[in-house]
Amino acid sequence: MSTTYTVRDSATMLRRNLLHIRRYPSLSIMLVAQPIVFLLVFVYVFGGTLGAGLPGQEGGGDRGDYLVFITPGILIMTVASVALGTAISTATDMTTGIIARFRTMDIARVSVLTGHVLGAVIRTGFAVVIVTAFAFLLGFRSDAGPLGWLGAIGLLILIAFSLTWLTVGMGLAADSVETASNTPLFLVILPFISSAFVPTDAMPAGLRQFAEHQPFTPMIDTLRALVTGAATDSDLWLAIGWCALIALLGYLWSRRLFLRVPAR
Amino acid sequence: MTATNPAIEVSGLTKSYGDHTVLDGVDLTVPEGTVYALLGPNGAGKTTVVNILSALLTPGDGEIRVAGFDVRREPAGVRAAIGVTGQFSAIDELLTGRENLRLMADLAHLDRVTATAAVTVMLERFDLVDAADRRAQTYSGGMKRRLDLAMTLIARPRLIFLDEPTAGLDPRSRRDLWAIVREQVADGVTVLLTTQYLEEADQLADRIGVLDSGRLVAEGTAAELKRRVPGGHVSVQFTDAAGLAAAAAAHPEATTDAEALTLRVPGDGSIAGLRRVLDGLDDDGVAGLTVESPDLDDVFLALTGHATEAPAAEEIPA
Ligand SMILES: Nc1ncnc2c1ncn2[C@@H]1O[C@H](COP(=O)(O)OP(=O)(O)O)[C@@H](O)[C@H]1O
Ligand SMILES: [Mg+2]
Repeated sequence: MSTTYTVRDSATMLRRNLLHIRRYPSLSIMLVAQPIVFLLVFVYVFGGTLGAGLPGQEGGGDRGDYLVFITPGILIMTVASVALGTAISTATDMTTGIIARFRTMDIARVSVLTGHVLGAVIRTGFAVVIVTAFAFLLGFRSDAGPLGWLGAIGLLILIAFSLTWLTVGMGLAADSVETASNTPLFLVILPFISSAFVPTDAMPAGLRQFAEHQPFTPMIDTLRALVTGAATDSDLWLAIGWCALIALLGYLWSRRLFLRVPAR
Repeated sequence: MTATNPAIEVSGLTKSYGDHTVLDGVDLTVPEGTVYALLGPNGAGKTTVVNILSALLTPGDGEIRVAGFDVRREPAGVRAAIGVTGQFSAIDELLTGRENLRLMADLAHLDRVTATAAVTVMLERFDLVDAADRRAQTYSGGMKRRLDLAMTLIARPRLIFLDEPTAGLDPRSRRDLWAIVREQVADGVTVLLTTQYLEEADQLADRIGVLDSGRLVAEGTAAELKRRVPGGHVSVQFTDAAGLAAAAAAHPEATTDAEALTLRVPGDGSIAGLRRVLDGLDDDGVAGLTVESPDLDDVFLALTGHATEAPAAEEIPA
Protein backbone atom coordinates (compact mmCIF):
# COMPACT_ATOMS: atom_id res chain seq x y z
CA MET A 1 0.00 0.00 0.00
CA SER A 2 1.28 3.43 0.95
CA THR A 3 5.00 2.72 0.82
CA THR A 4 4.94 0.67 -2.38
CA TYR A 5 3.23 3.48 -4.21
CA THR A 6 5.30 6.39 -2.89
CA VAL A 7 7.19 6.80 -6.17
CA ARG A 8 4.12 6.47 -8.34
CA ASP A 9 2.06 8.85 -6.21
CA SER A 10 4.90 11.38 -6.16
CA ALA A 11 5.09 11.24 -9.96
CA THR A 12 1.33 11.79 -10.15
CA MET A 13 1.53 14.75 -7.78
CA LEU A 14 4.49 16.15 -9.72
CA ARG A 15 2.36 16.09 -12.88
CA ARG A 16 -0.34 17.97 -11.00
CA ASN A 17 2.11 20.61 -9.83
CA LEU A 18 3.62 21.05 -13.28
CA LEU A 19 0.12 21.65 -14.63
CA HIS A 20 -0.41 24.27 -11.94
CA ILE A 21 2.86 25.98 -12.86
CA ARG A 22 1.83 26.01 -16.50
CA ARG A 23 -1.67 27.33 -15.72
CA TYR A 24 -0.35 30.16 -13.58
CA PRO A 25 2.67 31.55 -15.43
CA SER A 26 2.53 35.03 -13.90
CA LEU A 27 4.08 33.77 -10.65
CA SER A 28 6.95 32.15 -12.54
CA ILE A 29 7.54 35.30 -14.54
CA MET A 30 7.62 37.41 -11.39
CA LEU A 31 10.02 34.99 -9.72
CA VAL A 32 12.47 35.14 -12.65
CA ALA A 33 12.09 38.86 -13.17
CA GLN A 34 13.33 39.68 -9.69
CA PRO A 35 16.89 38.31 -10.01
CA ILE A 36 17.13 39.72 -13.53
CA VAL A 37 16.28 43.19 -12.21
CA PHE A 38 18.92 42.77 -9.49
CA LEU A 39 21.44 41.71 -12.12
CA LEU A 40 20.72 44.76 -14.28
CA VAL A 41 20.78 47.21 -11.38
CA PHE A 42 23.96 45.83 -9.89
CA VAL A 43 25.84 45.60 -13.17
CA TYR A 44 24.75 48.90 -14.72
CA VAL A 45 24.15 51.12 -11.69
CA PHE A 46 26.76 49.90 -9.21
CA GLY A 47 28.93 47.75 -11.48
CA GLY A 48 31.46 50.40 -12.50
CA THR A 49 32.23 51.42 -8.94
CA LEU A 50 31.97 47.99 -7.33
CA GLY A 51 34.06 46.43 -10.10
CA ALA A 52 36.86 48.86 -9.36
CA GLY A 53 36.92 47.59 -5.79
CA LEU A 54 37.33 43.93 -6.69
CA PRO A 55 40.58 42.49 -5.38
CA GLY A 56 43.10 40.47 -7.41
CA GLN A 57 42.92 42.66 -10.50
CA GLU A 58 45.40 45.29 -11.63
CA GLY A 59 43.94 48.64 -10.54
CA GLY A 60 40.64 46.89 -9.73
CA GLY A 61 38.24 45.48 -12.27
CA ASP A 62 35.57 46.95 -14.52
CA ARG A 63 31.87 46.45 -15.09
CA GLY A 64 32.52 43.21 -16.99
CA ASP A 65 34.56 41.75 -14.12
CA TYR A 66 31.78 42.65 -11.74
CA LEU A 67 29.22 40.85 -13.92
CA VAL A 68 31.33 37.72 -13.64
CA PHE A 69 31.70 38.25 -9.90
CA ILE A 70 27.98 38.56 -9.12
CA THR A 71 26.48 36.06 -11.57
CA PRO A 72 26.85 33.11 -9.14
CA GLY A 73 25.17 35.13 -6.37
CA ILE A 74 22.37 36.12 -8.74
CA LEU A 75 21.88 32.46 -9.70
CA ILE A 76 21.52 31.53 -6.06
CA MET A 77 19.10 34.41 -5.57
CA THR A 78 17.12 32.94 -8.45
CA VAL A 79 16.94 29.65 -6.58
CA ALA A 80 15.87 31.49 -3.40
CA SER A 81 13.29 33.48 -5.34
CA VAL A 82 11.67 30.34 -6.76
CA ALA A 83 11.78 28.75 -3.30
CA LEU A 84 9.86 31.75 -1.99
CA GLY A 85 7.29 31.17 -4.70
CA THR A 86 6.95 27.59 -3.52
CA ALA A 87 6.00 28.76 -0.03
CA ILE A 88 3.23 30.79 -1.66
CA SER A 89 2.02 27.97 -3.90
CA THR A 90 2.10 25.44 -1.06
CA ALA A 91 0.12 27.70 1.25
CA THR A 92 -2.37 28.42 -1.53
CA ASP A 93 -2.71 24.74 -2.27
CA MET A 94 -3.45 23.94 1.37
CA THR A 95 -6.50 26.18 1.26
CA THR A 96 -8.04 24.19 -1.60
CA GLY A 97 -10.56 21.44 -1.07
CA ILE A 98 -8.65 18.82 -2.98
CA ILE A 99 -6.08 18.56 -0.19
CA ALA A 100 -8.88 17.46 2.15
CA ARG A 101 -9.76 14.83 -0.43
CA PHE A 102 -6.17 13.57 -0.64
CA ARG A 103 -6.27 13.06 3.11
CA THR A 104 -9.21 10.69 2.78
CA MET A 105 -7.44 8.60 0.14
CA ASP A 106 -5.16 5.65 0.55
CA ILE A 107 -2.09 7.27 -1.00
CA ALA A 108 1.44 8.02 0.14
CA ARG A 109 0.53 11.31 1.78
CA VAL A 110 3.96 12.84 1.69
CA SER A 111 3.71 12.62 -2.11
CA VAL A 112 1.61 15.80 -1.97
CA LEU A 113 4.73 17.56 -0.66
CA THR A 114 7.19 15.71 -2.88
CA GLY A 115 5.10 16.85 -5.84
CA HIS A 116 5.57 20.46 -4.75
CA VAL A 117 9.30 20.05 -4.18
CA LEU A 118 10.02 18.27 -7.46
CA GLY A 119 7.85 20.74 -9.36
CA ALA A 120 9.78 23.59 -7.74
CA VAL A 121 13.13 22.05 -8.66
CA ILE A 122 12.04 21.85 -12.30
CA ARG A 123 10.75 25.42 -12.19
CA THR A 124 14.09 26.47 -10.70
CA GLY A 125 15.89 24.75 -13.56
CA PHE A 126 14.00 26.85 -16.09
CA ALA A 127 14.55 30.03 -14.09
CA VAL A 128 18.29 29.39 -13.76
CA VAL A 129 18.63 28.72 -17.49
CA ILE A 130 16.85 31.98 -18.30
CA VAL A 131 18.91 34.03 -15.85
CA THR A 132 22.17 32.41 -17.04
CA ALA A 133 21.28 33.16 -20.65
CA PHE A 134 20.64 36.74 -19.59
CA ALA A 135 24.04 36.98 -17.92
CA PHE A 136 25.68 35.71 -21.13
CA LEU A 137 23.70 38.29 -23.07
CA LEU A 138 25.14 41.02 -20.85
CA GLY A 139 28.63 39.75 -21.57
CA PHE A 140 29.30 37.01 -19.01
CA ARG A 141 32.12 34.76 -20.21
CA SER A 142 33.74 31.88 -18.40
CA ASP A 143 36.62 29.44 -18.74
CA ALA A 144 34.69 26.69 -17.00
CA GLY A 145 34.77 23.32 -18.74
CA PRO A 146 31.85 20.88 -19.04
CA LEU A 147 32.77 19.37 -15.68
CA GLY A 148 32.56 22.77 -14.01
CA TRP A 149 29.14 23.45 -15.51
CA LEU A 150 27.93 19.99 -14.60
CA GLY A 151 29.08 20.59 -11.04
CA ALA A 152 27.34 23.95 -11.04
CA ILE A 153 24.08 22.38 -12.22
CA GLY A 154 24.36 19.67 -9.57
CA LEU A 155 25.00 22.22 -6.84
CA LEU A 156 22.11 24.43 -7.94
CA ILE A 157 19.73 21.45 -7.95
CA LEU A 158 20.90 20.52 -4.47
CA ILE A 159 20.39 24.06 -3.19
CA ALA A 160 16.97 24.26 -4.84
CA PHE A 161 15.99 20.92 -3.30
CA SER A 162 17.02 21.95 0.21
CA LEU A 163 15.63 25.49 0.16
CA THR A 164 12.37 24.17 -1.24
CA TRP A 165 11.85 21.66 1.56
CA LEU A 166 12.33 24.58 3.93
CA THR A 167 9.86 26.85 2.13
CA VAL A 168 7.29 24.05 1.75
CA GLY A 169 7.40 23.89 5.55
CA MET A 170 6.93 27.65 5.73
CA GLY A 171 3.98 27.41 3.39
CA LEU A 172 2.42 24.69 5.57
CA ALA A 173 3.10 26.56 8.81
CA ALA A 174 1.67 29.85 7.52
CA ASP A 175 -1.86 30.66 8.62
CA SER A 176 -2.44 32.61 5.41
CA VAL A 177 -1.03 32.97 1.93
CA GLU A 178 0.08 36.46 2.93
CA THR A 179 2.23 35.11 5.78
CA ALA A 180 3.62 32.48 3.44
CA SER A 181 4.86 35.16 1.08
CA ASN A 182 6.53 37.09 3.92
CA THR A 183 8.34 34.49 6.05
CA PRO A 184 10.73 33.30 3.32
CA LEU A 185 11.78 36.87 2.43
CA PHE A 186 14.94 36.43 4.50
CA LEU A 187 16.09 33.95 1.86
CA VAL A 188 16.21 36.80 -0.64
CA ILE A 189 17.81 39.20 1.87
CA LEU A 190 20.51 36.86 3.18
CA PRO A 191 22.57 36.76 -0.05
CA PHE A 192 23.15 40.51 0.38
CA ILE A 193 25.05 39.79 3.59
CA SER A 194 27.27 37.20 1.95
CA SER A 195 30.00 37.05 -0.61
CA ALA A 196 27.46 37.50 -3.42
CA PHE A 197 27.87 41.20 -4.19
CA VAL A 198 31.09 42.28 -2.53
CA PRO A 199 33.98 40.29 -1.07
CA THR A 200 33.32 39.78 2.65
CA ASP A 201 36.74 41.33 3.49
CA ALA A 202 35.24 44.73 2.75
CA MET A 203 32.63 44.43 5.54
CA PRO A 204 32.94 45.70 9.15
CA ALA A 205 34.05 43.01 11.62
CA GLY A 206 30.67 41.83 13.04
CA LEU A 207 28.97 41.72 9.68
CA ARG A 208 31.95 40.01 8.13
CA GLN A 209 31.84 37.23 10.70
CA PHE A 210 28.18 36.68 10.00
CA ALA A 211 28.69 36.81 6.25
CA GLU A 212 31.56 34.35 6.34
CA HIS A 213 29.67 31.80 8.41
CA GLN A 214 26.19 31.93 6.95
CA PRO A 215 25.22 29.07 4.59
CA PHE A 216 24.93 31.16 1.42
CA THR A 217 28.59 32.15 1.42
CA PRO A 218 30.11 28.68 0.88
CA MET A 219 27.35 27.96 -1.66
CA ILE A 220 28.13 31.14 -3.58
CA ASP A 221 31.91 30.73 -3.34
CA THR A 222 31.69 27.15 -4.59
CA LEU A 223 29.36 28.07 -7.42
CA ARG A 224 31.67 30.94 -8.36
CA ALA A 225 34.63 28.58 -8.51
CA LEU A 226 32.65 26.11 -10.62
CA VAL A 227 31.33 28.59 -13.19
CA THR A 228 34.59 30.50 -13.57
CA GLY A 229 36.68 27.38 -13.98
CA ALA A 230 38.60 27.88 -10.74
CA ALA A 231 39.41 25.06 -8.33
CA THR A 232 36.88 24.33 -5.58
CA ASP A 233 38.05 24.08 -1.98
CA SER A 234 36.63 22.88 1.33
CA ASP A 235 33.70 25.26 0.78
CA LEU A 236 32.29 22.62 -1.54
CA TRP A 237 31.81 20.22 1.36
CA LEU A 238 30.54 22.96 3.60
CA ALA A 239 27.99 23.91 0.96
CA ILE A 240 26.88 20.30 0.52
CA GLY A 241 26.70 19.87 4.29
CA TRP A 242 24.50 22.96 4.69
CA CYS A 243 22.22 21.75 1.89
CA ALA A 244 21.87 18.30 3.43
CA LEU A 245 21.10 19.76 6.83
CA ILE A 246 18.54 22.27 5.54
CA ALA A 247 16.89 19.62 3.36
CA LEU A 248 16.64 17.14 6.21
CA LEU A 249 15.24 19.63 8.71
CA GLY A 250 12.88 21.09 6.11
CA TYR A 251 11.66 17.62 5.17
CA LEU A 252 11.05 16.49 8.74
CA TRP A 253 9.35 19.75 9.65
CA SER A 254 7.10 19.75 6.54
CA ARG A 255 6.19 16.12 7.01
CA ARG A 256 5.21 16.67 10.60
CA LEU A 257 3.10 19.71 9.73
CA PHE A 258 1.34 17.91 6.91
CA LEU A 259 0.67 14.63 8.64
CA ARG A 260 -0.82 16.11 11.79
CA VAL A 261 -4.53 15.53 12.00
CA PRO A 262 -6.21 18.56 10.49
CA ALA A 263 -8.10 20.78 12.89
CA ARG A 264 -11.12 21.07 10.62
CA MET B 1 -14.98 -7.79 5.35
CA THR B 2 -17.38 -10.70 5.34
CA ALA B 3 -20.95 -10.51 4.19
CA THR B 4 -22.26 -10.69 7.74
CA ASN B 5 -20.32 -7.64 8.95
CA PRO B 6 -22.07 -4.30 8.74
CA ALA B 7 -20.30 -1.70 6.60
CA ILE B 8 -20.37 0.78 9.46
CA GLU B 9 -20.61 -0.03 13.13
CA VAL B 10 -20.45 2.77 15.67
CA SER B 11 -21.23 2.60 19.35
CA GLY B 12 -20.91 5.24 22.02
CA LEU B 13 -19.10 7.72 19.78
CA THR B 14 -18.22 10.98 21.48
CA LYS B 15 -16.23 14.01 20.41
CA SER B 16 -15.61 17.28 22.13
CA TYR B 17 -13.52 20.38 21.59
CA GLY B 18 -12.44 21.59 25.01
CA ASP B 19 -15.62 21.47 27.05
CA HIS B 20 -17.82 21.87 23.98
CA THR B 21 -19.40 18.47 23.38
CA VAL B 22 -20.05 17.97 19.70
CA LEU B 23 -21.00 14.27 19.65
CA ASP B 24 -22.62 12.81 22.71
CA GLY B 25 -22.82 9.02 22.44
CA VAL B 26 -23.82 8.21 18.87
CA ASP B 27 -24.69 4.60 17.97
CA LEU B 28 -25.32 3.56 14.44
CA THR B 29 -25.13 0.48 12.29
CA VAL B 30 -25.27 0.50 8.53
CA PRO B 31 -25.61 -2.91 6.86
CA GLU B 32 -23.80 -3.49 3.60
CA GLY B 33 -25.61 -2.37 0.48
CA THR B 34 -27.96 0.00 2.28
CA VAL B 35 -28.31 3.78 2.43
CA TYR B 36 -28.27 5.60 5.74
CA ALA B 37 -29.11 9.28 6.02
CA LEU B 38 -28.02 11.47 8.90
CA LEU B 39 -30.58 14.23 9.08
CA GLY B 40 -29.88 17.34 11.08
CA PRO B 41 -29.56 21.12 11.01
CA ASN B 42 -26.32 23.10 10.81
CA GLY B 43 -24.09 22.39 13.77
CA ALA B 44 -25.77 19.08 14.67
CA GLY B 45 -22.49 17.20 14.20
CA LYS B 46 -23.02 15.59 10.79
CA THR B 47 -19.67 16.61 9.32
CA THR B 48 -17.93 15.57 12.53
CA VAL B 49 -19.40 12.06 12.20
CA VAL B 50 -18.34 11.83 8.54
CA ASN B 51 -14.83 13.08 9.34
CA ILE B 52 -14.39 10.57 12.14
CA LEU B 53 -15.69 7.70 10.00
CA SER B 54 -13.27 8.65 7.22
CA ALA B 55 -10.33 8.71 9.67
CA LEU B 56 -9.81 12.44 9.16
CA LEU B 57 -10.55 13.36 12.74
CA THR B 58 -9.63 11.52 15.94
CA PRO B 59 -12.71 10.35 17.81
CA GLY B 60 -13.22 10.81 21.54
CA ASP B 61 -14.63 7.59 23.02
CA GLY B 62 -16.48 4.80 21.33
CA GLU B 63 -16.04 1.81 19.09
CA ILE B 64 -15.88 2.70 15.42
CA ARG B 65 -15.48 0.13 12.67
CA VAL B 66 -15.68 1.05 9.01
CA ALA B 67 -15.59 -1.72 6.39
CA GLY B 68 -14.41 -3.96 9.18
CA PHE B 69 -11.45 -1.74 10.09
CA ASP B 70 -10.94 0.06 13.36
CA VAL B 71 -10.63 3.76 12.46
CA ARG B 72 -8.04 4.40 15.17
CA ARG B 73 -5.77 1.41 14.57
CA GLU B 74 -6.29 0.72 10.87
CA PRO B 75 -6.91 4.10 9.21
CA ALA B 76 -5.16 3.00 6.01
CA GLY B 77 -7.58 0.10 5.66
CA VAL B 78 -10.49 2.49 6.13
CA ARG B 79 -9.10 4.88 3.51
CA ALA B 80 -8.63 2.09 1.00
CA ALA B 81 -12.24 1.00 1.42
CA ILE B 82 -14.09 4.31 1.27
CA GLY B 83 -14.83 7.18 -1.06
CA VAL B 84 -15.64 10.56 0.43
CA THR B 85 -17.37 13.58 -1.05
CA GLY B 86 -17.15 16.20 1.64
CA GLN B 87 -19.40 19.14 2.31
CA PHE B 88 -17.02 21.53 0.58
CA SER B 89 -15.89 21.20 -2.99
CA ALA B 90 -12.82 18.95 -3.27
CA ILE B 91 -11.81 19.44 -6.87
CA ASP B 92 -8.67 21.01 -8.30
CA GLU B 93 -9.98 24.18 -9.88
CA LEU B 94 -6.83 24.81 -11.92
CA LEU B 95 -7.15 21.46 -13.68
CA THR B 96 -9.73 20.51 -16.27
CA GLY B 97 -12.47 18.02 -15.49
CA ARG B 98 -10.61 15.36 -17.44
CA GLU B 99 -7.35 16.07 -15.62
CA ASN B 100 -9.10 15.95 -12.24
CA LEU B 101 -10.54 12.53 -13.04
CA ARG B 102 -7.23 11.30 -14.40
CA LEU B 103 -5.53 12.45 -11.21
CA MET B 104 -7.93 10.35 -9.16
CA ALA B 105 -7.55 7.34 -11.45
CA ASP B 106 -3.76 7.54 -11.13
CA LEU B 107 -3.92 7.90 -7.37
CA ALA B 108 -6.20 4.86 -7.30
CA HIS B 109 -3.31 3.10 -9.07
CA LEU B 110 -5.31 2.05 -12.10
CA ASP B 111 -3.19 1.07 -15.08
CA ARG B 112 -3.08 3.45 -18.07
CA VAL B 113 -5.64 1.70 -20.24
CA THR B 114 -8.12 1.20 -17.41
CA ALA B 115 -7.62 4.77 -16.21
CA THR B 116 -8.25 6.29 -19.65
CA ALA B 117 -11.37 4.18 -20.10
CA ALA B 118 -12.65 5.02 -16.62
CA VAL B 119 -12.19 8.76 -17.21
CA THR B 120 -14.18 8.57 -20.46
CA VAL B 121 -16.98 6.60 -18.80
CA MET B 122 -17.21 9.04 -15.89
CA LEU B 123 -17.25 12.12 -18.15
CA GLU B 124 -20.14 10.60 -20.08
CA ARG B 125 -22.10 9.37 -17.10
CA PHE B 126 -21.75 12.67 -15.26
CA ASP B 127 -22.64 14.75 -18.31
CA LEU B 128 -19.28 16.52 -18.41
CA VAL B 129 -18.12 15.60 -21.91
CA ASP B 130 -18.52 19.10 -23.35
CA ALA B 131 -16.75 20.68 -20.40
CA ALA B 132 -14.10 17.97 -20.08
CA ASP B 133 -11.23 20.13 -21.28
CA ARG B 134 -12.21 23.33 -19.53
CA ARG B 135 -10.76 24.33 -16.18
CA ALA B 136 -13.00 23.27 -13.32
CA GLN B 137 -13.07 26.83 -11.97
CA THR B 138 -15.33 27.76 -14.90
CA TYR B 139 -17.91 25.09 -13.97
CA SER B 140 -21.32 25.86 -12.49
CA GLY B 141 -22.16 24.72 -8.95
CA GLY B 142 -24.00 21.67 -10.24
CA MET B 143 -21.15 20.68 -12.59
CA LYS B 144 -18.60 21.06 -9.80
CA ARG B 145 -20.67 18.85 -7.56
CA ARG B 146 -20.97 16.22 -10.31
CA LEU B 147 -17.24 16.31 -10.95
CA ASP B 148 -16.61 16.04 -7.22
CA LEU B 149 -18.76 12.93 -7.02
CA ALA B 150 -17.28 11.45 -10.19
CA MET B 151 -13.81 11.84 -8.66
CA THR B 152 -14.97 9.90 -5.62
CA LEU B 153 -16.61 7.16 -7.65
CA ILE B 154 -13.96 6.59 -10.33
CA ALA B 155 -12.06 4.24 -8.01
CA ARG B 156 -15.31 2.27 -7.49
CA PRO B 157 -15.36 2.31 -3.68
CA ARG B 158 -17.84 -0.07 -2.06
CA LEU B 159 -18.65 2.37 0.72
CA ILE B 160 -19.21 6.08 0.15
CA PHE B 161 -19.77 9.05 2.43
CA LEU B 162 -21.62 12.03 1.04
CA ASP B 163 -21.72 15.08 3.29
CA GLU B 164 -24.64 17.31 2.24
CA PRO B 165 -24.23 16.31 -1.40
CA THR B 166 -27.01 18.57 -2.68
CA ALA B 167 -26.53 21.65 -0.51
CA GLY B 168 -26.88 24.76 -2.63
CA LEU B 169 -27.99 22.93 -5.78
CA ASP B 170 -31.01 23.82 -7.88
CA PRO B 171 -33.84 21.26 -7.97
CA ARG B 172 -32.76 19.78 -11.30
CA SER B 173 -29.15 19.24 -10.25
CA ARG B 174 -30.46 17.77 -7.02
CA ARG B 175 -32.51 15.23 -8.94
CA ASP B 176 -29.51 14.38 -11.16
CA LEU B 177 -27.47 13.67 -8.07
CA TRP B 178 -30.18 11.54 -6.54
CA ALA B 179 -30.24 9.45 -9.72
CA ILE B 180 -26.49 8.91 -9.48
CA VAL B 181 -26.75 7.84 -5.85
CA ARG B 182 -29.53 5.40 -6.75
CA GLU B 183 -27.35 3.84 -9.45
CA GLN B 184 -24.61 3.26 -6.91
CA VAL B 185 -27.09 1.63 -4.58
CA ALA B 186 -28.29 -0.60 -7.39
CA ASP B 187 -24.66 -1.69 -7.78
CA GLY B 188 -24.63 -2.74 -4.15
CA VAL B 189 -22.60 0.19 -2.83
CA THR B 190 -23.20 1.21 0.78
CA VAL B 191 -23.96 4.91 1.24
CA LEU B 192 -23.89 7.14 4.28
CA LEU B 193 -25.16 10.60 3.48
CA THR B 194 -25.98 13.66 5.50
CA THR B 195 -28.66 16.15 4.67
CA GLN B 196 -30.78 18.95 6.01
CA TYR B 197 -33.73 17.93 3.86
CA LEU B 198 -36.27 15.39 5.06
CA GLU B 199 -37.37 14.92 1.46
CA GLU B 200 -33.86 13.96 0.41
CA ALA B 201 -33.51 11.43 3.19
CA ASP B 202 -36.95 10.12 2.29
CA GLN B 203 -36.02 9.78 -1.39
CA LEU B 204 -32.73 8.00 -0.90
CA ALA B 205 -32.35 6.34 2.46
CA ASP B 206 -33.34 2.97 3.83
CA ARG B 207 -32.89 4.31 7.33
CA ILE B 208 -32.71 7.81 8.71
CA GLY B 209 -31.03 8.98 11.89
CA VAL B 210 -32.05 12.37 13.23
CA LEU B 211 -29.08 14.15 14.77
CA ASP B 212 -29.67 16.98 17.23
CA SER B 213 -26.76 18.65 19.03
CA GLY B 214 -24.60 15.55 18.78
CA ARG B 215 -27.29 13.09 19.83
CA LEU B 216 -29.33 10.72 17.69
CA VAL B 217 -32.83 11.64 18.80
CA ALA B 218 -34.68 9.29 16.49
CA GLU B 219 -33.93 6.56 14.04
CA GLY B 220 -36.03 4.61 11.61
CA THR B 221 -37.31 4.34 8.09
CA ALA B 222 -38.76 7.44 6.45
CA ALA B 223 -42.27 6.03 6.97
CA GLU B 224 -41.63 5.45 10.66
CA LEU B 225 -40.37 8.97 11.15
CA LYS B 226 -43.21 10.53 9.22
CA ARG B 227 -45.72 8.66 11.32
CA ARG B 228 -44.32 10.62 14.23
CA VAL B 229 -44.63 13.86 12.27
CA PRO B 230 -48.02 13.45 10.71
CA GLY B 231 -49.21 16.76 9.39
CA GLY B 232 -46.49 19.14 8.43
CA HIS B 233 -47.52 22.63 9.35
CA VAL B 234 -49.52 25.69 8.40
CA SER B 235 -47.58 28.89 7.80
CA VAL B 236 -49.53 32.08 8.29
CA GLN B 237 -48.12 35.44 7.35
CA PHE B 238 -49.64 38.44 9.10
CA THR B 239 -49.86 42.05 8.02
CA ASP B 240 -48.88 43.44 11.43
CA ALA B 241 -47.19 42.44 14.66
CA ALA B 242 -50.37 42.75 16.73
CA GLY B 243 -52.16 40.15 14.62
CA LEU B 244 -49.17 37.84 14.91
CA ALA B 245 -49.04 38.26 18.69
CA ALA B 246 -52.75 37.55 19.10
CA ALA B 247 -52.58 34.39 16.98
CA ALA B 248 -49.40 33.26 18.73
CA ALA B 249 -51.19 33.53 22.07
CA ALA B 250 -54.01 31.37 20.75
CA HIS B 251 -51.56 28.70 19.52
CA PRO B 252 -48.95 28.06 22.22
CA GLU B 253 -47.58 25.08 20.27
CA ALA B 254 -46.68 27.31 17.30
CA THR B 255 -43.36 29.01 16.58
CA THR B 256 -43.21 32.66 15.59
CA ASP B 257 -40.86 34.48 13.28
CA ALA B 258 -41.34 38.10 14.34
CA GLU B 259 -39.23 39.48 11.51
CA ALA B 260 -41.16 37.75 8.76
CA LEU B 261 -44.42 38.23 10.73
CA THR B 262 -45.00 34.52 10.29
CA LEU B 263 -46.60 31.97 12.55
CA ARG B 264 -45.88 28.29 12.03
CA VAL B 265 -48.57 26.04 13.46
CA PRO B 266 -47.83 22.31 13.54
CA GLY B 267 -50.64 20.36 11.93
CA ASP B 268 -51.86 16.83 12.44
CA GLY B 269 -52.82 16.35 8.82
CA SER B 270 -56.54 16.46 9.53
CA ILE B 271 -59.10 18.87 8.08
CA ALA B 272 -60.41 19.52 11.59
CA GLY B 273 -56.97 20.62 12.70
CA LEU B 274 -56.62 22.94 9.74
CA ARG B 275 -60.10 24.38 10.39
CA ARG B 276 -59.18 25.12 14.02
CA VAL B 277 -56.26 27.20 12.79
CA LEU B 278 -58.35 29.01 10.17
CA ASP B 279 -61.20 29.76 12.57
CA GLY B 280 -59.01 31.93 14.72
CA LEU B 281 -57.79 34.07 11.83
CA ASP B 282 -59.08 37.40 10.64
CA ASP B 283 -59.05 37.81 6.85
CA ASP B 284 -57.81 41.42 6.94
CA GLY B 285 -54.88 40.62 9.19
CA VAL B 286 -53.48 37.79 7.05
CA ALA B 287 -51.12 38.41 4.15
CA GLY B 288 -50.63 34.81 3.14
CA LEU B 289 -51.17 31.21 4.17
CA THR B 290 -49.55 27.95 3.09
CA VAL B 291 -50.04 24.35 4.15
CA GLU B 292 -46.66 22.56 4.08
CA SER B 293 -45.76 18.87 4.09
CA PRO B 294 -43.38 17.86 6.89
CA ASP B 295 -39.84 19.19 6.68
CA LEU B 296 -36.83 19.08 8.95
CA ASP B 297 -38.25 21.74 11.25
CA ASP B 298 -41.41 19.70 11.79
CA VAL B 299 -39.39 16.59 12.52
CA PHE B 300 -37.39 18.53 15.05
CA LEU B 301 -40.34 20.12 16.68
CA ALA B 302 -42.07 16.77 16.98
CA LEU B 303 -39.04 14.80 18.14
CA THR B 304 -37.15 17.23 20.32
CA GLY B 305 -39.78 19.73 21.36
CA HIS B 306 -37.69 22.58 19.99
CA ALA B 307 -37.14 24.09 16.59
CA THR B 308 -33.85 23.68 14.76
CA GLU B 309 -31.39 25.99 16.42
CA ALA B 310 -29.82 27.31 13.28
CA PRO B 311 -32.05 27.98 10.32
CA ALA B 312 -31.66 25.39 7.61
CA ALA B 313 -29.55 27.80 5.63
CA GLU B 314 -28.37 26.87 2.18
CA GLU B 315 -24.65 26.38 2.21
CA ILE B 316 -23.23 26.92 -1.21
CA PRO B 317 -20.14 24.78 -1.69
CA ALA B 318 -17.22 26.88 -2.88
N1 LIG C 1 -12.49 22.40 15.08
C1 LIG C 1 -13.54 22.69 15.85
N2 LIG C 1 -13.39 23.32 17.02
C2 LIG C 1 -14.44 23.61 17.80
N3 LIG C 1 -15.71 23.33 17.50
C3 LIG C 1 -15.95 22.69 16.34
C4 LIG C 1 -14.88 22.35 15.46
N4 LIG C 1 -15.42 21.74 14.38
C5 LIG C 1 -16.74 21.70 14.58
N5 LIG C 1 -17.07 22.29 15.75
C6 LIG C 1 -18.43 22.41 16.32
O1 LIG C 1 -19.04 21.16 16.29
C7 LIG C 1 -20.42 21.28 16.07
C8 LIG C 1 -20.82 20.32 14.96
O2 LIG C 1 -20.24 20.75 13.75
P1 LIG C 1 -20.46 19.97 12.39
O3 LIG C 1 -20.12 18.54 12.58
O4 LIG C 1 -19.72 20.70 11.35
O5 LIG C 1 -22.01 20.12 12.17
P2 LIG C 1 -22.87 19.92 10.83
O6 LIG C 1 -22.01 19.27 9.80
O7 LIG C 1 -24.02 19.06 11.25
O8 LIG C 1 -23.32 21.27 10.41
C9 LIG C 1 -20.68 22.72 15.77
O9 LIG C 1 -21.22 23.31 16.93
C10 LIG C 1 -19.33 23.29 15.47
O10 LIG C 1 -19.25 24.61 15.88
MG1 LIG D 1 -21.53 19.93 7.95
